[in-house]
Amino acid sequence: MDAADSTKPKVSPLYDPKVRGIAYQVALCALIGVLVYGAISNAIENLTRAKIASGFGFWTTTAGFDINQTLIEYSNISTYGRAFWVGLLNTLLVAALGIVFATILGFAIGIARLSRNWLLARMAGVYVEVIRNIPLLLQLLFWYNAVLKALPEQLQESFIIPGGGFLNRRGLFLPQPVFGNGSGIAFVALILGIVAAIIFRIRIKRRHEQTGVRAPVFAIVLALVVVPPLVALALAGFPIDFIYPYPGRFNIQGGIEILPEFMALLFGLVIYTAAFIAEVVRAGLFAVSRGQTEAAYSLGLPTGPTLRLVVIPQAMRVIIPPLTSQYLNLTKNSSLAVAIGYPDLVQIFTGTVLNQTGQAVEVVTLTMAVYLTISLVTSLLMNLYDRRVALVER
Amino acid sequence: MNQVTSFLRPAPLNTDVAVEMIGVNKWYGDFHVLRDINLKVMGGERIVICGPSGSGKSTLIRCINRLEEHQRGRILVDGVELLDDVKKIEEIRRDVGMVFQQFNLFPHLTVLENLTLAPIWVRHLPRREAEEIARHYLQRVKIPEQAEKFPGQLSGGQQQRVAIARALCMNPKIMLFDEPTSALDPEMVKEVLDAMNELANDGMTMLVVSHEMGFARQVANRIVFMDEGQIIEANTPEAFFASPQHERTKLFLSQILH
Ligand SMILES: Nc1ncnc2c1ncn2[C@@H]1O[C@H](COP(=O)(O)OP(=O)(O)OP(=O)(O)O)[C@@H](O)[C@H]1O
Ligand SMILES: [Mg+2]
Repeated sequence: MDAADSTKPKVSPLYDPKVRGIAYQVALCALIGVLVYGAISNAIENLTRAKIASGFGFWTTTAGFDINQTLIEYSNISTYGRAFWVGLLNTLLVAALGIVFATILGFAIGIARLSRNWLLARMAGVYVEVIRNIPLLLQLLFWYNAVLKALPEQLQESFIIPGGGFLNRRGLFLPQPVFGNGSGIAFVALILGIVAAIIFRIRIKRRHEQTGVRAPVFAIVLALVVVPPLVALALAGFPIDFIYPYPGRFNIQGGIEILPEFMALLFGLVIYTAAFIAEVVRAGLFAVSRGQTEAAYSLGLPTGPTLRLVVIPQAMRVIIPPLTSQYLNLTKNSSLAVAIGYPDLVQIFTGTVLNQTGQAVEVVTLTMAVYLTISLVTSLLMNLYDRRVALVER
Repeated sequence: MNQVTSFLRPAPLNTDVAVEMIGVNKWYGDFHVLRDINLKVMGGERIVICGPSGSGKSTLIRCINRLEEHQRGRILVDGVELLDDVKKIEEIRRDVGMVFQQFNLFPHLTVLENLTLAPIWVRHLPRREAEEIARHYLQRVKIPEQAEKFPGQLSGGQQQRVAIARALCMNPKIMLFDEPTSALDPEMVKEVLDAMNELANDGMTMLVVSHEMGFARQVANRIVFMDEGQIIEANTPEAFFASPQHERTKLFLSQILH
């Protein structure tokens, strides 16, 4: 008898799935190549006809306009390139804070919707239904125009926030800490405290595993982080000063100023996205069968550990992919900043810079590339996390 | 080591009342699932509960560890009354193991982690000791080699034996079984019944919802027959099979024994 493989019937390459797969991919790549080539050559042709110099020559030209929120140094004599970075950082700031707060709020509401407390569950349900059915743009306009712009305009009527802050139509003004001599030591003490807390956590976990003895971890960690810097500060004679905002002639002066545009955008994005995250979380918790909770309960596990050790780890696998797309949505939606005048990347770069330079192709392409990069990095991080929770099974 | 061995010692056969249900009633909305249930289970006693589908067997045993709440009557487990006190309920659940028809193993944890989860988080045992106990019970249900696998990689019979071992790791005084073999292929039923048999021989107090009449005949001290939320008949296996008192019992037996 021959070996088995020589008797295996020959398949026509036309019907071989492997050959077919490769052929399809080659065809797709070729098609995309042709389309991209066509688009680029067309654009270049149009630009030369319109006599617009292509390229990023404008990058080092003076911008000549002001921006009212800058995380890095910027003035109207800075370059367009500098303005790009200012806008990018403003976008990243609102997106990052938005993701953090939307996650916290979304999980809380999602869990509340499944609560046994009827009122709590109902309120969470109403929140989700109302918020996610109103366009985000309207919500941003609401927060900006109806809430923040309705605050008192007169300086004397500003709301005073305990601890030395002010809130009025021009924004939120908070005391700004200034670190004097000796606060470096407090900073070092803080770092050492954090390191000690981490070491402590690892050791306490090991001790728990070996002896079963448990300690009030949270309280001790908190003490390790808070006490050393406080002691260091006390020894140095509290070298931290605060610049308190004070009512000036026309506006509140000094301190940290948080723009109403920023607050409105952050509120809007967080409140809107949290409604969707709550739905994602609810679906994830639902996907874990009732039997899992019952099994945990029947072993004597209380509700908290049951959620933490049994339900949420399983729900996370269902939650992560749609959660990722909510994060991406939030980041992309932050470009609605343009409607309320928050100086994000779109408002500064594809708005002012594009208008002043006329470099539409470069500006728009670069901006799209930035959003694409942010999205891909977010997806990548979430996929890494997903793999960590998913690998556990099988 | 001393601690471990004392933990592993089988519960002593005692004559205390393990479970007492007095005039228990339960409704799902308008539907009256449990009607005036009176049942007294002594320590070390083995009860098999049978009856037609929908007669309330699962509901009855799930009331014993408060997976279901009863509305009228009293339930005492090991002398402690089941009330709304969450701490009391958790205390009772620690001492009452349960095995489900659908196994309900935690799919994201290994077999060993399934077994050590509650001992570590509820009994606060050190991990090493919890694992020692877990391996002991895996040995007893005859699958010591599966400790590092995930539940999804095991056969149904193996999964159900893991579920039994998981409950035993909490060193329970009472074990509840809700149709532990109904979801299994016939060739796997025996391995699970063998494990339960062995448990019975060690003197464990057991309440088993099952239609395995061979097992009932062999292991049960009493067989309880339920229909429409009521206990119709409760008797020793000999009397139950030889001379059933009620028409419905006779009908049920004729259907189940062909
Ligand atoms: N959560 C619930 N809500 C409403 N009705 C329920 C609920 N759970 C069970 N029931 C009903 O209560 C009755 C008793 O259910 P139970 O599960 O106790 O029966 P069972 O004797 O275990 O039946 P089976 O042999 O099919 O498992 C059934 O008619 C069922 O439809
Ligand atoms: Mg049932």
